[in-house]
Amino acid sequence: MTSFLQAGAYLLFGILSLFMIATATSAGFAIHGVIILIACILAVVTTVGRLQPSPNGGWIVPDTANGGYHDGVIKAGVIATVFWGVVGLLVGVVIAAQLTFPTLGWGIEYLSFGRLRPVHTSAVIFAFGGNALLATSFWVVQRTCRAQLWAPGLAWFVFWGYQLFIVLAASGYVLGITQSKEYAEPEWYVDLWLTIVWVAYLAVYVGTIVKRREPHIYVANWFYLAFIITIAMLHVVNNLAVPVGFGPKSYGVWAGVQDALTQWWYGHNAVGFFLTAGFLGMMYYFVPKQAGKPVYSYRLSIVHFWSLIFLYIWAGPHHLHYTALPDWAQFLGMTFSIMLWMPSWGGMINGLMTLEGAWDKIRTDPIIRMQVAALAFYGMSTFEGPMMSIRSVNGLSHYTDWTIGHVHSGALGWVGMISFSSMYFLAPRVFGVARLYSLRMINWHFWMAMGGITLYTASMWVAGIMQGLMWREFNAEGYLVYSFAEVTAAMHPYYLIRLAGGVIYLGGALMMVWNIWMTAKGRVRDEAPLDAGTPHNPHTDRPLVPVGAAQPAE
Amino acid sequence: MAFESHAKIERNVTILAVLTLVVVMIGGLVQLVPLFFLENTIEKVEGVRPYTPLELAGRNIYIREGCYTCHSQMIRPFRDEAERFGHYSLAAESMYDHPFQWGSKRTGPDLARVGNRYSDEWHAQHLVNPRDVVPESIMPAYPFLKERLLDTTDIAGHLKANRTVGVPYSDEQVKNALADMQAQAVSDGDPTDLQRRYPKAQVRDFDGDPTRLTEMDALIAYLQMLGTLVDLDAYVPEQNRR
Repeated sequence: MTSFLQAGAYLLFGILSLFMIATATSAGFAIHGVIILIACILAVVTTVGRLQPSPNGGWIVPDTANGGYHDGVIKAGVIATVFWGVVGLLVGVVIAAQLTFPTLGWGIEYLSFGRLRPVHTSAVIFAFGGNALLATSFWVVQRTCRAQLWAPGLAWFVFWGYQLFIVLAASGYVLGITQSKEYAEPEWYVDLWLTIVWVAYLAVYVGTIVKRREPHIYVANWFYLAFIITIAMLHVVNNLAVPVGFGPKSYGVWAGVQDALTQWWYGHNAVGFFLTAGFLGMMYYFVPKQAGKPVYSYRLSIVHFWSLIFLYIWAGPHHLHYTALPDWAQFLGMTFSIMLWMPSWGGMINGLMTLEGAWDKIRTDPIIRMQVAALAFYGMSTFEGPMMSIRSVNGLSHYTDWTIGHVHSGALGWVGMISFSSMYFLAPRVFGVARLYSLRMINWHFWMAMGGITLYTASMWVAGIMQGLMWREFNAEGYLVYSFAEVTAAMHPYYLIRLAGGVIYLGGALMMVWNIWMTAKGRVRDEAPLDAGTPHNPHTDRPLVPVGAAQPAE
Repeated sequence: MAFESHAKIERNVTILAVLTLVVVMIGGLVQLVPLFFLENTIEKVEGVRPYTPLELAGRNIYIREGCYTCHSQMIRPFRDEAERFGHYSLAAESMYDHPFQWGSKRTGPDLARVGNRYSDEWHAQHLVNPRDVVPESIMPAYPFLKERLLDTTDIAGHLKANRTVGVPYSDEQVKNALADMQAQAVSDGDPTDLQRRYPKAQVRDFDGDPTRLTEMDALIAYLQMLGTLVDLDAYVPEQNRR
């Protein structure tokens, strides 16, 4: 019965999309109508198609989990994470190339930096990161609650609804449909759709916690829950807008300085709750699991959780230092940003110290190695962040590529590495095979990622600081020394190094694609085991004696 | 130990969720709400007015092309920025900006006061191929702006939507939206009415082709008005305190 109601709802959306197509005055809106129409048709077909006749008459949805955990949607999530990860990194490489060689774009509007940059940021944050969070949260909540997903059908709706959101958002940017609010670029109708999907996500998540078989809610779930709730709040408030008729364009309700702070309240907490709290949830489950050790400190978890979520939300104004935002708000943002250093490192310590007694695994287990590197990068960027939020430092760093370097040490190092390691953990389990195709390829992925990050962040640090210093340099006569164009020209070699770093990091991710692809096919690579080292041979482990020489007296 | 009482929270998802929501709301409320009431964030400065329909259309092209990803519109009170870009930006100068365009990155220069700094010809040439006028530039080329006619559909609807969110467009401005849009760039009629409705509006052909109203016209009209509305020599910070 509910399936038919669902199909009816999809039909309704289908009719709405026909209306979109019929009334569209811009090609972009019509294309979005067509995408939604196709999605609706597929949704109706699958909703009705999965039904089987019930022995008692009527129709039922068969239980695909056979009483076990619902891992189908997680398998889809792993595939989507890997796919969008490569897409996001590839677009990143393209726009890095455009900053190095500006004619790559050929004057074609769909290929200009301004339209592709949001595709890159949304693809890595929301498509790659978001799918990693969906997949891992559904895995973690079932295992730590010892219960099946509540409403597995709704979980599938969340998965596919989220993919539709990604496709509409990314195609919108390319077609010129954007609100121009960083990391919140999708227009009003795409935002509304995400709100529906997000509420369904919250329902599945909380529903599963409610039917748990464990008395306590495990710490990973606190972080996932805080991530889901806070993102809902931020998304709704930041995106309030009034559309122009029934078209793609809207005008946000906030303006000027109020809009700026609302946006960075959103923007910084997209970092704080999407890219931090959510991924800390991942860390609190997968690090102990892979290490085979319990979380280092329960008390530290409690302090870490509450102080992190309380302090993070205040940090937004550090994006607006020395702007028209009042000074008191800037100082408040700076102060809380510096305080935020402590809970951040508390979390890092809790993660790293979980390895106490298992440190040798860094040498033998490449997944652990990735997790440790992720936590190290988390520690580095959560030190760098507070430092850059100090007003006098920010006066130099703001508007420069130092910010870009900072963001990428967090994104490539922390978010990337912790997600890759979780995907390597999940892949053999969701594909139902004994082990990963290759551990040595993870090792290669690890070192390529490290090399890529090093080139990327080091070049952007140097370039950013150089850029900031050149802009503010005066000569003895009191004139500016460099024109803006001269500073731009000086950035070229660093942009080239950054591009190389990005290509290497993407290369590592492609090794992951191959590794997980082969794992899904059930293959095992013929390779020397990683932890064997060099076997000890007592016969060769002795002083060399020249042939024919006299034996020493015993 | 106090930590034992945490068991109550972690055994009940309702308490956990509600507490989480309360904890994450505090910071935002404390920082955001005062901005709607404080004098220096809601001051009105002489000269700031809503965008003309053509400027608004140009601004929407600026947004569509993602210009904000590389250009800021927020000059900070530093000596080098004053020298390079002009007087520091005032909150009031973006009071009608839905959404704001302060930006976060200067891959290209700040544009808050770019208006009247370069000729229309320079802008047109620069947008078609930036490296023709600035050899070091890494900006993308936008040759299509010159070829494409400006979409004038429902421009009055755009003004109305702005009015709904608080921009004080008058009925007269809404009614004349389309005519004002045409008048600012292509017709050689009398611009008095337009300039009465929008003081300091620059009326001329912007893209070098007086016969057509193109996206280039709109974008240049927007760029040429940026930072030109307020007479900063006459601006006294204390004067507007209420």
